[in-house]
Amino acid sequence: MENIAGKKPALTWAVHISVGLLVLLWVIPTIGLLVSSFRSGDQIVSSGWWNALFTQEQQMSPIRVEGAEVAKDGVFVVEGRLFGTDGVTVSAWGTSSREPTAYAPGDTASLDDGISVTVQADGAYALTSPVTTEGMRLPRIFTTAATPPEFSTANYNLVLFSPLAGQSIFQAFMNTATVAIPATIIPILIAAFAAYALAWMEFPGRALLIAAIVGLLVVPLQLALIPLLQIHNAIGIGKGYLGIWLAHTGFGLPLAIYLLRNYMVGLPKDIIECAKVDGATDFQIFTKIILPLSFPALASFAIFQFLWTWNDLLVALVFLGTSNDQQVLTGNIVNLMGSRGGDWEILSASAFVSIAVPLIVFFAMQKYLVRGLLAGSVK
Amino acid sequence: MEQAFLALLTIVIGVGGCVGYFWLSNIVLDKAIFPVGGPNANRNITRANAVRPWLFLLPAVLALGLYLAYPVFATAWLSLNRNEAGELVFVGFDNYRQMLGEDKFWESLRNNAIWLIVVPAMATAFGLLAAQLTDRIRWGNIAKSMIFMPMAISFVGASVIWKLIYDTREAGQTQIGILNAIWLKFDGGAGSFLLLRVLPALILLAGAAAILWVVWGQVRALSDGGTMAKALRVLGIVVGAWLAYVAVSWGFGAATAQLPYGQPQFWLQIPFWNNFFLMAVLIWLQTGFAMVILSAALRGVPEDTIEAAIIDGANPFQIFFKIKVPQIMGTIVVVWTTITITVLKVFDIVRAMSGGQQETQVLANYMYDKLFVAVDWGVGSASAMVILLLVTPILVWNVYNARKEMR
Repeated sequence: MENIAGKKPALTWAVHISVGLLVLLWVIPTIGLLVSSFRSGDQIVSSGWWNALFTQEQQMSPIRVEGAEVAKDGVFVVEGRLFGTDGVTVSAWGTSSREPTAYAPGDTASLDDGISVTVQADGAYALTSPVTTEGMRLPRIFTTAATPPEFSTANYNLVLFSPLAGQSIFQAFMNTATVAIPATIIPILIAAFAAYALAWMEFPGRALLIAAIVGLLVVPLQLALIPLLQIHNAIGIGKGYLGIWLAHTGFGLPLAIYLLRNYMVGLPKDIIECAKVDGATDFQIFTKIILPLSFPALASFAIFQFLWTWNDLLVALVFLGTSNDQQVLTGNIVNLMGSRGGDWEILSASAFVSIAVPLIVFFAMQKYLVRGLLAGSVK
Repeated sequence: MEQAFLALLTIVIGVGGCVGYFWLSNIVLDKAIFPVGGPNANRNITRANAVRPWLFLLPAVLALGLYLAYPVFATAWLSLNRNEAGELVFVGFDNYRQMLGEDKFWESLRNNAIWLIVVPAMATAFGLLAAQLTDRIRWGNIAKSMIFMPMAISFVGASVIWKLIYDTREAGQTQIGILNAIWLKFDGGAGSFLLLRVLPALILLAGAAAILWVVWGQVRALSDGGTMAKALRVLGIVVGAWLAYVAVSWGFGAATAQLPYGQPQFWLQIPFWNNFFLMAVLIWLQTGFAMVILSAALRGVPEDTIEAAIIDGANPFQIFFKIKVPQIMGTIVVVWTTITITVLKVFDIVRAMSGGQQETQVLANYMYDKLFVAVDWGVGSASAMVILLLVTPILVWNVYNARKEMR
């Protein structure tokens, strides 16, 4: 097939460029948030994240002169630096908002009362005054400066351990893990046994059961919310981890059984028949032969279920409480979007904490994920 | 820590319980109820084998019955009752009547209809494009990974990501949302004319042409098949013609619209169009799924059909549209329906980005509002039944296909 494209270099280039554009379009949103999560709130607001990777010249917010004064040769001198970081280069500065670029670096500006200010290119300033500056309102300095790219993990330190939406992100992270891990492991076992029965055992009603499971695959779980909550309240589980584990198990089973059955049906019949002839029971066949051979299908379902339970919002909102030791990451972030919608340094870092684990799972086990998708959809 | 311990304990109990159940029940069956050996060994083995499948199935059937099948009926019942101070009072179809009288319900139905047309179509189209293009280049697998990646991102995470893109600052301030930053680059000159008038109009007209082409194919095939197939075809033709009309009128709209150049836009507050900005999020999430499946299907297209087409002098576009696409039509339909189901359940994106305000309500969020904000179980359940009703054709079709395969 490559030869079709190979014959026409122009077409090959068109393909390369189109794919490049498509990929760019698909990764830019995520990169935007990732870059933002490493910038301070001021940086995020003062320039678009796409500028963050380059040195950029911009007008900085005004900084008021402050510091301890030193008496020197009969004058009082206040010295200090405008910026906390190295590498900032001042290209122009001023002392009033009307003329923020009045002076070049190294110039001395004379103000009222004999006060004069000098600002160097690296942001060092010196203010000299004939009288003491004690109790005096010192001037503000307006600068236009080139700042090199600057990133820090401060946002992550902030969101992980301080309770911004009632609970810290770390706490929410632990809650999500508490929901997701058992809710991934438990349905696998139940589904594996059922799938084996549906694939390799003969009994009346088998076809009907399989049809029912295919039907349940698409039943919207929205229908289940109120009746299940009623049941949970009636039997005393209420809102809590046990309830959500059971709910996720129930909701995950149709896909699990469907995927695993499709895979197990494809296993070679000879192995199973040989084992039967040798006197193995169904239970032994299942644990010794089927389960190890079905590893790829088990892995694909595990990934699906893990991604789904980790990323879920609706089931958690309904079956878990909103207390600090129950609210999950997605719920926490939705709250943050409501209460701190403009604080992108907090939102972006929080969102990335929640995205990180699924992304790692995704890249580590992409092969199984693709395999599972194909087994579930292509027929 | 206590929590981690609880989770660990649950895993141990859950897994141990499952294994214990399966192991013990098998032993009980073989040793106690129908002992292998003794006078009736043969009969016992047959009986044990008749019971065993149900032992294997029991936990799954119980869980499925309780967590999916029973709620369908319970919800249907709830939708016919009103919850008055904890007591259910049977009210017949009053809840449905009340729901049909609400503007918000019709708004969510209209929005859901737009979602149902736009998202599966765009995601499948982008997926097909990406699958076809990435299969032909050396770094295709990396490209695929990148396009597939949003699959792992939660709807809520994606909402945060896209909120940053749609962010708006007052005019005169630095825009930190990339969409507004790009928008402010347009000044109404020649570039704006080409990109914001000519290009969208051309895309929409091309879309209309594609729809009409499909419609024409259906018109020509109208005489084939039974009554049912004919009825479906007529329905398809009517819907297709209407879609084509909409696309053409939007094309003209795009070419002649007065655009507010130089004004930063609040993307999520523009009535009607804000729906499309929400849909972009789901399209972004679902394209990777469509691409992976369609790419596998494209590779499954027999080489000899393509070689024959090359020998007959077909160009790459003809090969793609006339040889490959018809052969993977079945898979395209599967992808389309799978995304359709996802769309019907879309909740998180709307909840997190707009809360259903500014005319962006969809059914799933309408239902959540009714159930848990207004605490009106009757109307909430009625809207859940509407979602089920919309899923039913796909459900029936899936079951029908599964049964056909098994035979």
